Amino acid sequence: MKLDKLTIKQSNQGLKKKDFSSVELTEAVLSRIKKRNQEINAYLTISEESALSQAKRVDNKIKNKEEISILEGIPLAVKDAILVDGIKCTSASKILENYIAPYDATVIKRLRKVGAIFIGKTNLDEFTMGASGENSAFGLTKNPYDLERVPGGSSSGSAAAVADDQAIYALGSDTGGSIRQPSSFCGIVGLKTTYGRVSRYGLIAHASSLDQIGPMTKTVEDARIVFDIIKGKDVKDSTSMDSQNDESQIKIEGLKIGIPKEYFVKGIDPDVEKIVKKAINKYEKMGANIVEVSLPHTEYAVPCYYIIVSAEASANLARYDGIRYGLSEKGENLLEGYLKTKQKGFGDEVTRRIMMGTYVLSAGYYDAYYLKAQKVRTLIKQDFDDVFKKVDVLMGPVSPTPAFKIGEKMDDPVSMYLTDIYTVSVNLAGIPAISIPAGEIGNLPVGLQIMGKQFDDERILQVAKFYEEMSS
Amino acid sequence: MITKKEIEDMSKLSRLGLSEKEKEKFSKELSAILEFVNKLDEVKIDKIKPTAQVTGLENVSRKDSGRKKTKKETDKLLALVPDSENRHVKVRAIL
Repeated sequence: MKLDKLTIKQSNQGLKKKDFSSVELTEAVLSRIKKRNQEINAYLTISEESALSQAKRVDNKIKNKEEISILEGIPLAVKDAILVDGIKCTSASKILENYIAPYDATVIKRLRKVGAIFIGKTNLDEFTMGASGENSAFGLTKNPYDLERVPGGSSSGSAAAVADDQAIYALGSDTGGSIRQPSSFCGIVGLKTTYGRVSRYGLIAHASSLDQIGPMTKTVEDARIVFDIIKGKDVKDSTSMDSQNDESQIKIEGLKIGIPKEYFVKGIDPDVEKIVKKAINKYEKMGANIVEVSLPHTEYAVPCYYIIVSAEASANLARYDGIRYGLSEKGENLLEGYLKTKQKGFGDEVTRRIMMGTYVLSAGYYDAYYLKAQKVRTLIKQDFDDVFKKVDVLMGPVSPTPAFKIGEKMDDPVSMYLTDIYTVSVNLAGIPAISIPAGEIGNLPVGLQIMGKQFDDERILQVAKFYEEMSS
Repeated sequence: MITKKEIEDMSKLSRLGLSEKEKEKFSKELSAILEFVNKLDEVKIDKIKPTAQVTGLENVSRKDSGRKKTKKETDKLLALVPDSENRHVKVRAIL
């Protein structure tokens, strides 16, 4: 048995039946990392020693016939923008190259409590800003399916690690598609939850009104398992919420699936369209009703998103001043110290967004850009509110293309931004969405995106699971 | 179009040091991005309210009280400080 290939569910069953130990499982994953990381560069930090000692503790529990929880003794990878106490957290930026997290993020605390094994921290686009994984200060990550292509981003390392069996599952974060797009490019399952269902405490902030942490897994069932552990209100994140959502089992017969017509226009790769439509067709054959719907403001989502995201990022990243933590360059005076620290510490995309954000928030431009974008955000949310009066879920592509070639979009920020065209609306509207593997073009995976209304996270997971069952 | 002068203003406001070459590069790139986001001018927004908090939360409050950190916690924070003296963060003179 190849232990590194197992899902959470299979790992848990094997541990319970004593087919293998947690140390054996952890060692299998570690040896896969050692074999592959040099090439793929999914991990920035590997915490072998602490992972193995955590695993030993779980094995002792099993030996003593103590009950173990569903995630206990199973190794996961954590995006290096999420704080794990005592382990380096760089956000793939030179400005945090030597930053040791002084506390656990709430999601980490919750996973630690149920005995999860933290095996390492994964690569990303610096400060989660990017759609390819190429913006890391510590080298890009490669797509395990094709080493000449990107794994997507910004949760590049988490997606590549799960796809390449270098982790049983992973955590990512999604501000405009950063879980779903790399999941689509790497053929795994990625869930972006309703804004507020998972605490952001301990996630290095990018755009606080959009950021969400979520699971990246091999199956939909696994995504549900992780979500159930990390979700729920946290006093340390005032925007987090418990929800009173309907948990009843839904049926595929009569399920109303909306297909946004704006998601199948010029610009989409015809093979991606074919795969996504074929997947939707499977639901129809099982008795679902397919309805064409319209989200009329879709074409404004990306420009709206980039104004809001830059504005929030410029405020959030002001904290890297070289005084309390992080890179600190000396200058003749205070100001010169700031200037040098930020110049040396931030990469190009981060600099672009800080400048852009400063511009749209500055006196004289605030109303014309930031306030206008917030109003367009209202219209984008209303589009979804209207559509969800008619349908249960929406389905469409995650990205207009499969994984693109390394370097292809690096010199053109706008074309990189446009790869987010089907993902950013979801964050602007605060709704949940999941990417699940739907097929391949050659050997390149393509994801299907399922979107639900706010707080319908459990429902989209159920709908996604139907697909897995139909396909197996 | 974003001019070099505007780039210089922005870099001052955001405390970002830029070389001459970077100023030119970013003025070109930011102009392209600005042109792209100007697409929003097509949207009618006269009577629309802005959205900042998307799930509708308002005025989430808590007791205005702090929590004393343990020595272990402050040690960890102080270990991250680039320049410190006697458990104080050292800062350059502001005035």
